[in-house]
Amino acid sequence: MEAKSIILPGTTGLIENDPNHDGVDRRGFLKCMAWAGTGAFCLMAGGVMKSFALGPQPAKTHHAGELSFVQISDSHMGFNKAANPDVAATLKAAVDKINALPHPPEFILHTGDISHLSNPEEFDNVDQILKATGKQVFFVPGEHDVLNDNGASYRQRYAKDAKGDGWYSFDAKGVHFIGLVNVLNLKAGGLGSLGDEQLEWLEDDVRHLKASTPIVVFAHIPLWTIYPQWGWGTDDSARALSYLKRFGSVSVLNGHIHQIMQKVEGNVTFHTAYSTAFPQPAPGTADGPGPMKVPAEQLRSVLGVSDVNFVRKHHSLAVTDSTLA
Amino acid sequence: MKKTLATVLTVLSLSTVLLLHPARAISEDKPAAPEVKIDNFTFGPMELTVPVNSTVTWVNKDDIPHTVVATDGAFKSRALDTDQKFSFKFEKAGTYTYYCSVHPKMLGKIVVQ
Repeated sequence: MEAKSIILPGTTGLIENDPNHDGVDRRGFLKCMAWAGTGAFCLMAGGVMKSFALGPQPAKTHHAGELSFVQISDSHMGFNKAANPDVAATLKAAVDKINALPHPPEFILHTGDISHLSNPEEFDNVDQILKATGKQVFFVPGEHDVLNDNGASYRQRYAKDAKGDGWYSFDAKGVHFIGLVNVLNLKAGGLGSLGDEQLEWLEDDVRHLKASTPIVVFAHIPLWTIYPQWGWGTDDSARALSYLKRFGSVSVLNGHIHQIMQKVEGNVTFHTAYSTAFPQPAPGTADGPGPMKVPAEQLRSVLGVSDVNFVRKHHSLAVTDSTLA
Repeated sequence: MKKTLATVLTVLSLSTVLLLHPARAISEDKPAAPEVKIDNFTFGPMELTVPVNSTVTWVNKDDIPHTVVATDGAFKSRALDTDQKFSFKFEKAGTYTYYCSVHPKMLGKIVVQ
């Protein structure tokens, strides 16, 4: 399996200097990106990313954090086209991967597109498969989960106690998690949308928190503009991020684009996860963002899960992307 | 002269056919039912002009579901899976802009005249 690095135009200058004098520079960032496809250990510390390639025995080199959780995304249960005729099998492989982690995660975040067509049996199937992790799963919807009823059935199933269209927050070991919904009420010609009601809730939700509280925001469509031509961004994400400016550590976890990408901007680290179903092309490398067919034997090397570790002492969040191969 | 007569006769006989079977003659002139293909996250053609009372059919050729939603609310499809269709009859002249509510970068226009 070949590692595939995805580096966005305009992001290569993110880590150009070395303010902490810890020997990490842009080259280190690029190296991390290059390794990400095969399982890299990326440590964000004070906005600077360090990279370590995982050895053959990750357990021995892993920097176990105080809080570990896993992000999975874009299961697309119900999809059965050429790009992956068996998305249940690859979701099961993701579960196996999670269950084999050397340090069990506290819980799982699913960043949307649970189903392909919002059908109840598709949600049932995912719920059944994820049960094998024995972990609580926190969901946010993707656009495929709210297709015909404005998200009513999604909320009934996954977000009964949530606010508005299904947004909520919770705390785990001192880290504040915020699940946002940016796939509803999309405007013609626009991108993902959070909307005024949700943004006002967000402002209020973080108001009482100390600036030292680590924040993890998770939502389906990226909260940074990756490729607007394909709708890969959120119209009002800047307003959301403005409410989080005063916090020392903000991590934003998204899905939607079916490939891993990372960006560091000040104290905010952005990360998108692999899909467990099928890959999509890198921005602008195809006529459209549709499912990308790869040779069957390569499929699991472009799907995966993200293992996230938080180390309070280092004021850092480490994201490990591993493929299903 | 012979040629002219033949032409006149041909025109006459065609006129008779038109008079006797007006409906048939019109249907033969009518273009194929207007269709918009949804392919690669694009409505094709992006702009389509049809006469009043035309029924336009959208068909999704993508592996990803799409919707067809008028920006003024005049029509709205359910999510169309691969090869599924949606039709709407345009009874009033005007310009109808629409988009895919799942992928709102996808825009289209139907001009009814």
